[in-house]
Amino acid sequence: MAYDQKAQEHYRRELDAIRSAGLFKEERIIHDPQAVEIDVEFPAGEPVRRVINLCANNYLGLSSHPKVVAAAHAGLDRRGYGMSSVRFICGTQDVHRELERKLSGFLGTEDTLLFPSCMDANAGVFEALFSEADVLIADRLVHASIVDGMRLSKAAQDTFKHSDMEHLEEKLAEHLDKRFRVVVTDGVFSMDGDLARLDEIVALAEKYDAMVFVDDSHATGFMGATGRGSHEQTGVVGRIDLITTTLGKALGGASGGCVSGRAELVEMCRQRARPYLFSNSVPPVIVSAALAVLDLIGGSTARRDKLEENTRYWRGLLAEAGFDVKPGASPIVPVMLYNARLAQDFARGLFARGIYVVGFFFPVVAKGQARIRTQLSAAHDKAHLDRAIEAFVSVGRELGVLGLDRRQLIERFGP
Amino acid sequence: MDELEKVILDYVRKEYLEEGDERELGVATPLITGGIVDSFSMVSLKRFLERKYVIRIPDAEATPAAFDSVRAIAELVEKLRGAPATA
Repeated sequence: MAYDQKAQEHYRRELDAIRSAGLFKEERIIHDPQAVEIDVEFPAGEPVRRVINLCANNYLGLSSHPKVVAAAHAGLDRRGYGMSSVRFICGTQDVHRELERKLSGFLGTEDTLLFPSCMDANAGVFEALFSEADVLIADRLVHASIVDGMRLSKAAQDTFKHSDMEHLEEKLAEHLDKRFRVVVTDGVFSMDGDLARLDEIVALAEKYDAMVFVDDSHATGFMGATGRGSHEQTGVVGRIDLITTTLGKALGGASGGCVSGRAELVEMCRQRARPYLFSNSVPPVIVSAALAVLDLIGGSTARRDKLEENTRYWRGLLAEAGFDVKPGASPIVPVMLYNARLAQDFARGLFARGIYVVGFFFPVVAKGQARIRTQLSAAHDKAHLDRAIEAFVSVGRELGVLGLDRRQLIERFGP
Repeated sequence: MDELEKVILDYVRKEYLEEGDERELGVATPLITGGIVDSFSMVSLKRFLERKYVIRIPDAEATPAAFDSVRAIAELVEKLRGAPATA
């Protein structure tokens, strides 16, 4: 069928519906390298503004670090631009295997397999490893890519209430008839910023003979004393069977992801995971830069320590100013507003004052849970955060949200 | 509210509401469109109904619309209980 008037009208109506529901996403155009201060054009066509960035996943401030950029240049010179192949035909270079070995060392796992992204890793891992005989039991707040990946698998699926160990135990007991039980969770949850109770999850998994899967994308590089991730933070290094994570956040921020864990499971992904089998190798330039990132953070905890200090400082500023902040220790710090319109107005007010954040609301988060998600970086200085809190207080005062708790915010602005 | 609706309502409360959740939940409360149950976690409700009432809910019938209230779910269960075993 040609793309006729009927089809065109259909998609125009759909787009109009997205706009009128207030869910239309517009890109902000950045005119310089990713950093904690950037030049942003928004809306398109408006003059560029210099803003403080509080919404990147650039946790360690390495996205544009000179050593990482230099390693990328060197990798480009030594190993070329593209592989023009998937890994198993003629797309595996020495640097790919070197990065997989180094990631295994860093994460404390037996083996690692690179994917074009962590979205791809999550899309491929469950389908490659589990069948109708098995059950995947996921925390209800896992990332959307895990939900999609689970749906691609033939395994039975179940969920447990967010971080509710009693509910998880009920589910594990309910599925004792299955061949393999797999507990599926994020390490740090992307919208709430809280840490999975991996020590308790691992204990339950051992009691009920289950495997544990963790997506550690928002933890690798900085959670735990040496930045290994949420498994280090909770004292269970070596006891997680499958970890997926990304090179697209703290580890340089370009793209690429991996499945890491038990040797046989990783090898099975190498044989069966479709996003690995049917998409091109991670480009050598990214692999080379990621190797430099691991060298940088393997030799020093200075960056994760600074990030931890920034997080503590920022949380303190928000609490002191009277904002309703989700508790936690990760550099994802959600400022709760509950009402979707309020979250959008708040983000707009901040942008006008030179602070770049994004408001999140249903369906990205649960209904009545709208918020501004702020994200810290090791590259922020206290001066950035002091300027940011001034803007937060100014907008908060203007909109009348300071000092209000959840109930009061909902009473005043609606759920 | 009949017995079937009561059983489903009790399950939904226990399975989906968090401790301290003050939302009113009745047989007509929108579950999916109201944000209480999402399509990801709906699976456990489907399995509960299938086990409890010894029915099979075909994927085509397990739609968000059919699961959007306890009353609608009860109607679906009633329909499938009366259907031949191959349904």
